[in-house]
Amino acid sequence: MLAFILRRLVQSVAVLLVVGLVSFSLFRYVGDPINGMVGQDTPASEREALKEKLGLNDPAPVQFLHFIGNAAKGWFGLSYRTSEPVNRMILERLPATLELSFCAALFALLIGLPMGVYTGLYPRHWSSRALQAVSLLGVSLPTFVIGILLILVFSVMLRWLPSFGRGETVNLGWWTTGFLRWKGIEALIMPAITLGLFQLTLIMRLVRSEMLEVMRTDYIKFARARGLTNRAINFGHALKNTLVPVITITGLQLGSIIAFSVVTETVFAWPGVGQLFIQSVQFVDIPVMAAYLMLIGLLFVLINLAVDLLYFAVDPRLRGGGLARAGGH
Amino acid sequence: MATNNPPLLEVKNLRVEFPTRRGTLLAVDNVSFEISPGEVLGVVGESGAGKSLTGNAIIGLLEPPGRIAAGEIRLEGRRIDNLPYEEMRKVRGARIGAIFQDPLTSLNPLYSVGRQLVETIQTHKPLSTAQARARALELLKEVGIPGAEHRIDHYPHQFSGGMRQRVVIALALCAGPRLIVADEPTTALDVSIQAQIIALLKRLCREHQTAVMLVTHDMGVIAETADRVAVMYAGRIAEIGPVRDVIKHAQHPYTKGLMGSIPHLGERGERLTQIEGSMPRLTEIPKGCAFNPRCTFRGERCLVDRPELMAAGASRAACWLHDARGVGVPVVREPASA
Amino acid sequence: MAQWIARAADSDIWWSFKSSVTTVIAAIVTLLIIVVAFLSPVLAPHTPFDPSTLSLTDGLKPPVFMGDDGDWSFPLGTDDQGRDVLSSIMYGTRLSLEVGFASVVVAMLLGITLGLFSGYFGGAVDSVIMRIADVQLTFPAILVALLIDGIVRGILTSQRHDEIAVFVIVGAIGLSFWVQYARTVRGSVLVEKNKEYVQAARVIGLSPILIMFRHVLPNVTGPVLVIGTINLGLAIITEATLSFLGVGLPSTQPSLGTLIRLGNELLQSGEWWITLFPSITLAALVLAVNLLGDWLRDALNPKLR
Repeated sequence: MLAFILRRLVQSVAVLLVVGLVSFSLFRYVGDPINGMVGQDTPASEREALKEKLGLNDPAPVQFLHFIGNAAKGWFGLSYRTSEPVNRMILERLPATLELSFCAALFALLIGLPMGVYTGLYPRHWSSRALQAVSLLGVSLPTFVIGILLILVFSVMLRWLPSFGRGETVNLGWWTTGFLRWKGIEALIMPAITLGLFQLTLIMRLVRSEMLEVMRTDYIKFARARGLTNRAINFGHALKNTLVPVITITGLQLGSIIAFSVVTETVFAWPGVGQLFIQSVQFVDIPVMAAYLMLIGLLFVLINLAVDLLYFAVDPRLRGGGLARAGGH
Repeated sequence: MATNNPPLLEVKNLRVEFPTRRGTLLAVDNVSFEISPGEVLGVVGESGAGKSLTGNAIIGLLEPPGRIAAGEIRLEGRRIDNLPYEEMRKVRGARIGAIFQDPLTSLNPLYSVGRQLVETIQTHKPLSTAQARARALELLKEVGIPGAEHRIDHYPHQFSGGMRQRVVIALALCAGPRLIVADEPTTALDVSIQAQIIALLKRLCREHQTAVMLVTHDMGVIAETADRVAVMYAGRIAEIGPVRDVIKHAQHPYTKGLMGSIPHLGERGERLTQIEGSMPRLTEIPKGCAFNPRCTFRGERCLVDRPELMAAGASRAACWLHDARGVGVPVVREPASA
Repeated sequence: MAQWIARAADSDIWWSFKSSVTTVIAAIVTLLIIVVAFLSPVLAPHTPFDPSTLSLTDGLKPPVFMGDDGDWSFPLGTDDQGRDVLSSIMYGTRLSLEVGFASVVVAMLLGITLGLFSGYFGGAVDSVIMRIADVQLTFPAILVALLIDGIVRGILTSQRHDEIAVFVIVGAIGLSFWVQYARTVRGSVLVEKNKEYVQAARVIGLSPILIMFRHVLPNVTGPVLVIGTINLGLAIITEATLSFLGVGLPSTQPSLGTLIRLGNELLQSGEWWITLFPSITLAALVLAVNLLGDWLRDALNPKLR
């Protein structure tokens, strides 16, 4: 068990290093860092001096180590666009994205899971087929279209909900939360639904197909042959077996939510990290892009690790044991 | 050991159909037989002969679109083929048990063996968890799991194949059924373990007075274990009778062919007989007797009339050879194509 | 040929196709959209991207059914530059489809090739390719596509980038989707590589590579097709999203996503048709593609037969 954890940790660090390498390459080789920081008519000698000062003349591996060292301390330099420290920009906007993602994930799970179980248990019922059809719609509609449609209906036509921004937020230390004010919560509703809808349909379809698979296994057949009640079979045996692979994929999907916030934040002008990233791509603001990359990499690696550990806890086949030949047959 | 006691299980004129897009397939065609309390009936035949489906129909677990189209199944005199789901559920496990082929996939990998046993026991009997667990422990010891006290909490993957099948047997017996439908219980096991499992099954059923419907394609297992045997072909019963008689004095040409194809120790130099051709597909069952294209004894009658089971020596066989009027003018089989 | 048609008509796949009303409708809709889109130069009533045909006085007309401002020559209305929405949608759909298909093809080619290399050569090549795949898989495709686009923007000037935008986007999306194909193909290759006939072929002196191709590729067509159908819908959505975010196809060569973005800016002031109709078209297209993909998956799935 310990070996497993250690192995996963090492893998995670490896992935982070690779991501770091990509970030670093971006930083160093795409575009000219000097150009972004000085004016048009700065003399060449000043540029050289700047280059030297920033360590841009050191050999590449040294620069890489420098970069990693800085990254570990959370320093990513100054934005090409605003000249602010990148880490401050990100920290400012992180709570917005995290709160939004959390709500979206909650929405997707709380509705998607039960719907998936229901349509898996009773696949031929008309309500299941209807839900299936709706879920197909959910998968086919791009996130931004959903956002636009929601805005059209609830903001422009009905004027019930705000169409941009976070509403009112409250400062708690360095975190800003929208949960403590009604207006903040109002502003969260449409973006959270938009962001979560795709995941919801994904979860629902996944759970459904897993359920259907599980219901056809021999052990379910044997359970029926033993006369177990439907409740015991559906919720005791089938559900537990369904959830094991679902956990992995759902966990990974949660990471996806954080990434997709890029789109939702743009549609709703939500001041989060995603919007920052889009702006940085449009302006070729390399430090921000690199920092965002590392951030996402870190988040994903952490999520993957957590999911693996969870998987471990749930499936007894992974925890030691193996074949205990206790004599005889 | 058919006695004058009323039969435990009666199957009468059972028909199992599968509606498909190419028409309706008849997988089990007018099958009738009985099982007496405590007796072991072997059901033998090639793959696709309908033996597993018959078993499934009896425990009420036919997979849709398969369905029972006609006939009756009675357990201890009471009809069970038309029971609503909840009623049949109570019958399963408590009155009829089942064992399937692959012990690895028969057990839920996420639950300990003990938990699965306790759950089954408590579903059918009003015992407390402690009592159920004690009973589970007893059963594990009965089926020969060494160290049962701590193995009861182990997971299925921690047992070897033979041990797992013992657990499966324990699970099938734990609610005290009167009949067990065992569908190829040894096919997935090593040959060396097969004998042990069969012996275990035989002993337990004798001790618990449980009847067994043993479905298999392995004649050797039948010879070892069964009291009577039914030979199935193309969804019908070709021959049914006491095991000794069917094996030594087969009355149906198909059975004769089957017996001749089994090598015997001590026989030297004789070629094994091989039945020409193969079992027909369910969509192309010949008119008259289903076996006639492959039969060396066929006559005109065999091509037209379908024989029912009729008395033949100590058994019954579905063959016109045993009818007073015989098979009519013999029809020679065309030489088999390459 | 006639024989082949007769066999196809009798096959299970055709039967399952015919018997599902939704699938037939989906197929018809998809076909319709494709035909209209590709015939847009012929069918479209206007050429919205030729500035010489535009007139600002035609601007901001609502759709025909909305009121007396409507004009039958602009059945779905116009945007603020006087561009006909219907024609824009036709041309835009064509672009969306082209990019979608092209990126799937790129992803397939890249993925199959890398998968074959990885599986066949094994060792260091395999490790490197699979590591890259793993890392890439931790990121959702949209981020990868965004990243690649960002890099290209950093290398080229913005003008040059817009000129070859189509290729950049196709490349970006293709690069973000190759992994699944590679993994599947690699798996198949590994399975086949260990089979005895490959060793036998080596003994006889035949080139094992050729043998593997002959045996691996047929095995792999099914799953690859399945992944392809899922990917097509995703590719179209990804391109639309990129365009919507402003980093995809530019307004001089708009796809449906770009149109939606342009229309979005006018949404608050009430000219809803400019964004709604492209949205509906996009949704219908992806829905139809997904339905077809679903049906194809079920039809090819041996477990469900």
